[in-house]
Amino acid sequence: MSNRITKEQVEHVASLAKLELSEKQLPYFTDQLSNIMGLFESFEEVDTSDIEPTFNVTDQINTMREDVADNWNEKESLLQNAPDVADDLIRTPTIIDESED
Amino acid sequence: MNFETTIGLEVHVELKTNSKIFSPSPVEYGDEPNKNTNVIDWGYPGVLPTTNKGVVKSGIMAALALHAEIERHPHFDRKNYFYPDNPKAYQITQHDTPDAHDGWIEIEVDGKKKKIGIEEMHIEEDAGKNTHGNKFSYVDLNRQGTPLIEIVSKPDIASPDEAYAYLEALRQRLLFTGISDVKMEEGSMRVDVNISIRPYGQKEFGTKVELKNLNSFNYVRKGLAYEEKRQQQVLMSGGKIQQETRRFDETNGTTILMRVKEGADDYRYFPEPDLPSLNISDDWINEIHDELPEMPASRRDRYINKLGLTDYDAMVITQTKQMSDFYDKMIELGADPKMASNYLQVNVNEYLNSKQVDLDDTEITPENLTTMIKLISDGTISSKMAKKVFKAITEGKEPKQFVHDNGMVQLSDPKELQPIIDQILSDNPQSIEDFHNGKDRAIGFLVGQIMKQTRGKANPQVVNKLLMQSINK
Amino acid sequence: MNLLNKNIAEIHESLVNGDITAEQLTTEVIKNAKNNEDKIGAFITINEEQAIAEAKKVDEKGIDPDNLLSGIPVALKDNLLTKDILTTAGSKMLYNFKPIIDATVVKKLSDLGTISIGKTNMDEFAMGGSTETSAMKITKNPWNLTKVPGGSSGGSAAAVAAGDVLAALGSDTGGSIRQPASFNGIVGMKPTYGRVSRWGLIAFASSFDQVGPLTKNVYDNALLLNAISGHDEHDMTSSDQKVPDFTKNIKSGVKGMKIGLPKEYLGEGIDEDVKQAILKAADVYRELGAEVEEVSLPHNKYGVAAYYIIAPSEASSNLQRFDGIRYGYRAKDAKNLEELYVKSRSEGFGDEVKRRIMLGTYSLSAGSYDAYFKKAAEIRTLIINDFKKVFNDYDLIMTPTTPTPAFGIGEENDDPLTMYMNDALTIPANMAGIPGMSVPAGFSKDGMPIGMQLLARHFDEESIYKAGYAFEQNTDFHTKTPKMMGGEK
Repeated sequence: MSNRITKEQVEHVASLAKLELSEKQLPYFTDQLSNIMGLFESFEEVDTSDIEPTFNVTDQINTMREDVADNWNEKESLLQNAPDVADDLIRTPTIIDESED
Repeated sequence: MNFETTIGLEVHVELKTNSKIFSPSPVEYGDEPNKNTNVIDWGYPGVLPTTNKGVVKSGIMAALALHAEIERHPHFDRKNYFYPDNPKAYQITQHDTPDAHDGWIEIEVDGKKKKIGIEEMHIEEDAGKNTHGNKFSYVDLNRQGTPLIEIVSKPDIASPDEAYAYLEALRQRLLFTGISDVKMEEGSMRVDVNISIRPYGQKEFGTKVELKNLNSFNYVRKGLAYEEKRQQQVLMSGGKIQQETRRFDETNGTTILMRVKEGADDYRYFPEPDLPSLNISDDWINEIHDELPEMPASRRDRYINKLGLTDYDAMVITQTKQMSDFYDKMIELGADPKMASNYLQVNVNEYLNSKQVDLDDTEITPENLTTMIKLISDGTISSKMAKKVFKAITEGKEPKQFVHDNGMVQLSDPKELQPIIDQILSDNPQSIEDFHNGKDRAIGFLVGQIMKQTRGKANPQVVNKLLMQSINK
Repeated sequence: MNLLNKNIAEIHESLVNGDITAEQLTTEVIKNAKNNEDKIGAFITINEEQAIAEAKKVDEKGIDPDNLLSGIPVALKDNLLTKDILTTAGSKMLYNFKPIIDATVVKKLSDLGTISIGKTNMDEFAMGGSTETSAMKITKNPWNLTKVPGGSSGGSAAAVAAGDVLAALGSDTGGSIRQPASFNGIVGMKPTYGRVSRWGLIAFASSFDQVGPLTKNVYDNALLLNAISGHDEHDMTSSDQKVPDFTKNIKSGVKGMKIGLPKEYLGEGIDEDVKQAILKAADVYRELGAEVEEVSLPHNKYGVAAYYIIAPSEASSNLQRFDGIRYGYRAKDAKNLEELYVKSRSEGFGDEVKRRIMLGTYSLSAGSYDAYFKKAAEIRTLIINDFKKVFNDYDLIMTPTTPTPAFGIGEENDDPLTMYMNDALTIPANMAGIPGMSVPAGFSKDGMPIGMQLLARHFDEESIYKAGYAFEQNTDFHTKTPKMMGGEK
């Protein structure tokens, strides 16, 4: 069944999600996810070719905020909650991949 | 083998709004780190974005300026990726339903006009800024959430010169809408470039190479020109172009391999559930259309055909919207079109360059400059005097008042000048005789005497005219 | 003070009469809650100091006789932001997180003078149906300490059922208010999507999440919903529809109401005790003059599958912000950025959260989007259409809240799929965004509470409250209280 997920796919998905699975966890998660995805096989029974997808159930449309600036002055509290700061900047370990800008 | 080149440009422009696109934090540059941030900008748990109407409006304005079709029911999407300057680990953008699509702008290269298509344009949020130290990196989120508009060209650009012209035209049009400063040096305009070549006649496009670090239009042109040649050489020597990202090296004008692309990025786009979709009405579009300032091409046309400026003058005046608006105001106030254009191009530009300021940040006003030009036209002051008057204008002084206060009014009234001329003539009979004997120099001497007598205030043209009449009597 | 047999109006009267001050009440209530903690474990944090300080303020201002909520102690689910008070969402990821703002619902309640005595335990990031995925502690069902309290708002439900508080707030993404309400024999309302602001609710799945009240009885529930409803400029999905006074017509009865009883909700997989309780409840309504008829919601059976694509997809994106950079848990000794991300997230999240993140990431990834995410969103439309059709002819739908009463602690831990099927009856309301409430409707043979779910059209919580109240007035299930807490059952 195409809905089954392979170990390789689970590893790929975990890497996209920045999660690390140990040797022991990988088969465990693969089995569980495969089981869960068995649920989705029922989708094949349903013809949705004429059906528009629903991505949201809010009754609101076109709600926008006026372009007025308002500084909530939260800088100090925000920096206080950060695990590591230096000179009002958030500090992180060095970013190896410098190719991004 | 002959090749044709295909260039694609993705231009990011920062919008000049008061507040950020999804949070009310102010959009300000150069503040201390993280000053203009709140829980939304930090991607705190439990916070939600709110759509800034001003940004949506700017997007519509840009679409109108670029002749694009406006999407009536746009929604936002999430683009997911991890990076420290991207606090939610997703960027809110428009993927499914860009703000507008299928626009165009006209460019001119070597006298030939060409329309360049715009595939789509959309609004989105900018990221914060990372700086990299030795052991650590640092994140400042002030820029996070600054509104951006991204404009993606169609593969219509066929040469580095066309790319340059496209960027110039795009910059100018956007500048005239007033939605952005569009300054590459300040990062309010950023350009991503891709280029591929293929043998003439080949249907499929060649393999795209992406170029980075192009920090001016000139570098874009240079980088593309280098890359065009490099790719030709690779293909001619039987090699293959690989899908890669290259970095432009400013010092020697070459491009250097940064990384080879392996497969497409997986951004897992999906509709942003925290924001209701939008409904852009005809009324709103019409309203914005009415607010849209006249575009540079139309202004140039007006300047050349209605006001008699040369192509060159019209081009210089429409370099910036400020200058062109200033000029239009002067014409409205009754300034001579040619003189107004000259003063703007020479004196005003010189002044702006020497002070390194924008026209809006000076004391010079269309009213004062027009007054000065009128004073010159009606002979009240000489163009020599005008230099002092212009300096006074840059110091915020009113020209008429300044001329009066400094006794600079030119003596043009024949009733006042004639007695002085008569006196000088009667004091210098020898000069009259010299003149009649064909010595033209005598006139110069007499004018000098008259100017001396009037302490330089006499209008030379009037003096000349009156003197010739008197001497030939 | 044990609040087992009290309601808000009674406590309010004592406060107004001066029989007790807000400070005394708060002190007593906290003392009782602390005593119960060893047995139940409903709370992650009890904010004794702040609560007493707040109560003093209420006393100083004087109890407002027109405001039933002034001075009333409440509990808040730990995914609601409380300024300067630890807010963990049941996760190690936020083990040290002190918000710098209050959630809109928290602010609304505190503006009305309610006293928040603590933050309740929950499944990690609200992902679970038993409160067992909490990284903090296990919460036990006050009716039977070997059973789960349900989830994810298990702490809130247990706190109300145990008599710690009269009201608590929870959040409901796929049943997380209604299911624990049902397991604990109390009333739990998931309002219409957009009725209540989500600002300050730590997101699980943005297009499903709603905050709602858990209370001992229907009237109190309506009071709480009055307090927290309404448009919020911080939440653009919150509705600008007028909020009625939900208590106003609550006593007007069900005579003439048309109630649909969907056959799909009483079929396979439904416990016999549960089924019988609901059929009896239908008879109660008939006797009260309502028309109860069988209806069909044919696409509801795909609800669980569609939900377990869309909700994890949204969650996978919502939970990406927990990256160890700006707040919360940061892994030690990460050598570079990638390691910081991976270690912080792998150590900070529990297994159920990881499962759902991976499920969602997969559903959205290149090549899966159309077959999974989009298809599920289309099925969502079909489910909405099912409801629309029934609500053309019926005012309400009645169903069991859950297929079974509370199950045993540890029983379903290793089997996520069975756990997910527990949500089958509650998920459709979240898919459609309609309101749903669970009210006590009986007991199983082994003495565990059974809940009935009432569903209505968008923004028609009033009909639900009316029917819930009428049912309560004509049955005595809600008066039963857990014996071990000093109750009579």
